[in-house]
Amino acid sequence: MTNERVAVAKTYKIYIGGKFPRTESGRYYPLESAKGAVLANMCRGSRKDFRNAVVAARAATGGWSKTSAYLRGQILYRIAEMLEGRREQFIAELQLQGVNRRRAESEVNASIDRLIYYAGWADKYQQIFSAVNPVSSSHFNFSVLEPMGVVSILAPESSGLLGLVSNIAPAIVGGNTCVVLASQSKPLCAISFAEVLHASDVPGGVVNILTGFKPELTGQFASHMDVNAVVYCDGTVEIAKKVQELAAANIKRVVARVARDWSGDSAQDPYLIQDTQETKTTWHPIGS
Amino acid sequence: MTSQPNKLAFNSGWQYAAAPEGTDHFSIGKRYGLFINGEFVKPATGKYFNTVNPATEEVLARVALAGDEDVDRAVAAARKAYKGVWSKMKAAERGKYIYRIARILQERAREFSVIESLDGGKPIRESRDIDIPLAAAHFFYYAGWADKLEYAFPGRKPAPLGVAGQIIPWNFPLLMAAWKIAPALACGNTVVLKPAETTPLTALKLAEVISEAGLPPGVVNIVTGAGKTGAAVVDHNDVDKVAFTGSTNVGRHIMMALAGTNKKYTLELGGKAANIVFADAAIDQAVEGIVNGIFFNQGHVCCAGSRLLVQESVADQVIAKLKDRMETLIVGDPLDKNTDIGAINSAPQLEKIESYLKIGQAEGAEMYQSSCSVPKKGYWCRPTIFTGVSQSNRIVQEEIFGPVLAIQTFRTLEEGLTKANNTPFGLSGGVWTDKGSKVFKMTQGIRAGVVWANTFNKFDPASPFGGYKESGVGREGGLHGLGAYLSLD
Repeated sequence: MTNERVAVAKTYKIYIGGKFPRTESGRYYPLESAKGAVLANMCRGSRKDFRNAVVAARAATGGWSKTSAYLRGQILYRIAEMLEGRREQFIAELQLQGVNRRRAESEVNASIDRLIYYAGWADKYQQIFSAVNPVSSSHFNFSVLEPMGVVSILAPESSGLLGLVSNIAPAIVGGNTCVVLASQSKPLCAISFAEVLHASDVPGGVVNILTGFKPELTGQFASHMDVNAVVYCDGTVEIAKKVQELAAANIKRVVARVARDWSGDSAQDPYLIQDTQETKTTWHPIGS
Repeated sequence: MTSQPNKLAFNSGWQYAAAPEGTDHFSIGKRYGLFINGEFVKPATGKYFNTVNPATEEVLARVALAGDEDVDRAVAAARKAYKGVWSKMKAAERGKYIYRIARILQERAREFSVIESLDGGKPIRESRDIDIPLAAAHFFYYAGWADKLEYAFPGRKPAPLGVAGQIIPWNFPLLMAAWKIAPALACGNTVVLKPAETTPLTALKLAEVISEAGLPPGVVNIVTGAGKTGAAVVDHNDVDKVAFTGSTNVGRHIMMALAGTNKKYTLELGGKAANIVFADAAIDQAVEGIVNGIFFNQGHVCCAGSRLLVQESVADQVIAKLKDRMETLIVGDPLDKNTDIGAINSAPQLEKIESYLKIGQAEGAEMYQSSCSVPKKGYWCRPTIFTGVSQSNRIVQEEIFGPVLAIQTFRTLEEGLTKANNTPFGLSGGVWTDKGSKVFKMTQGIRAGVVWANTFNKFDPASPFGGYKESGVGREGGLHGLGAYLSLD
């Protein structure tokens, strides 16, 4: 008999309202390695989990949207710091899911850098996209961006960490809250990323992360009446059609980010922030 | 209740002499074809429909009904013009054509004003001072963008989309045509426009202007008809972009119809704006703002201030002053320069408004209408307010699109804001207060695309317009209105 230490395996749960519950449904799906070993029993999130997550996300909109741009920038920067400190854990998780060491390293590095990139935009995108409008009447008139509110995100299937980060960051840096469905086949990093968020002063409910079956949950992400925008990153024409048809119920904004390579610098720009922003125009008379 | 020693008495003693605008300085054709490929052509359907003066119920003209085949022809003409001419033209030259449209509209402004009032029922004062000048200004504004687009989108290469299919409503017929056509052309697209079936005349007159300006054939095509014609435009396979202004219900159907296609879309839909009056507001100015918010254009305004939220301590005073002011409003001949409120646009719209008057009373609200007389012929609705309404009442939640105001009260700023935002709509809002910090607190808190502080219902080509939530997708006007007509790779 050897005295080797027995490793403690992690239970991967979902992340709702700053807490890590199991799915209310009690369902799971086994995540297997290339060789068929079970890596984890992932939560197979349900409609009800999604609805709970939207409630948490909605409750968080008031505070988060009013958080100063400077502070939002610092919090995104803090997420990057926490991720940097856990590089090895994320590289190992990516490797477990079949990514080779070199590529795993570059995916984690790019994810950290992407967070830094958007952290820097927090107090700048408004200056790029807002306007003082020279109206003919005696009014002061200006347009600014405001967050849409709750954004549901169907994260890219192929890019478990970088794709996830690349879609969460532009939504929350603009003051939105979000509910994210992780890559079904590469979900490990998403839940570990939730732990990073949890340690980064991101208020509970600002980011909520579910794991589960995309075909089962896509409709919920698109149709929920208290979601303001839906972002989807994969899929066929049929899926695009289904998402938009369901989104029409409350004239939800539909953002398609399909067939993107998330690894390049071209996968980041302030227009991705603008995707989930509304333009508000304010008028006031000029007089005495 | 605060006493009203100096009650306004416009109707006593002094009589207003009629001051109608002349109609002898222009002509309206008896029959209009479809404007396709630079000329008026007969519709393949062989059918025509009447456009009626809602103030007299007289037929003004017969207008072609476009069917699928006609829409197909219009789209083909637009595609040909896009490929052959418009997308190849130097942007600065494109701009000069659009400037020409603006200039000719200014020259023919009075003609357009009168026709707009005849066809749609709006007071001549509004079409003369607001609709037509703003339409010309819109073309002038966007003309200048044509060769400057790359400055609007840092780091991107803007390119036109192709053929834009555009469907516009009957409340601001020419102005909405300008809102749609001007940015589309400036961005290098060609257009198939469908005006509303009750107000097609100024769009058809605009076709004359477009010919007069020498635009290449097919750059702008105008197909008249009702909902089926609009659906044919939306569904056409060779349309790259759909722009729609109208009801949320139709907008929802359009969004569904476009699902799974690559067509871009902008939707300007319904509204139920709250006009919020605080106790510290300049009350007389606020009353003017309330009147302008809901009675402007017979209340046929998607951004109308159709809900009044008034702080409890001044509610009696504000309502009393509002009732007095309503008594002075003149309802009648749209062509008369004294008229404040013209004709309701159509019989079905009047029916809809009247049904809401019944619904409001059945829900237990108290209705008050001004005592003014209205003409015997035509479609009319007296200015109307409801008090004693609750948040869940249909007249508070649903868009009526008429001169009907639902009045609620609030005590705290938070209550006012919560009530204002308790709606699926989010097009516009108003706030009246003398305190600067409160202005910003409220204008930031109102979930709507356009917010007027100490003013209401102001529009300008440089000012982006569009809604949050179920009031639509995208912006029209200003720099922000360009993105809807460009691909930005």
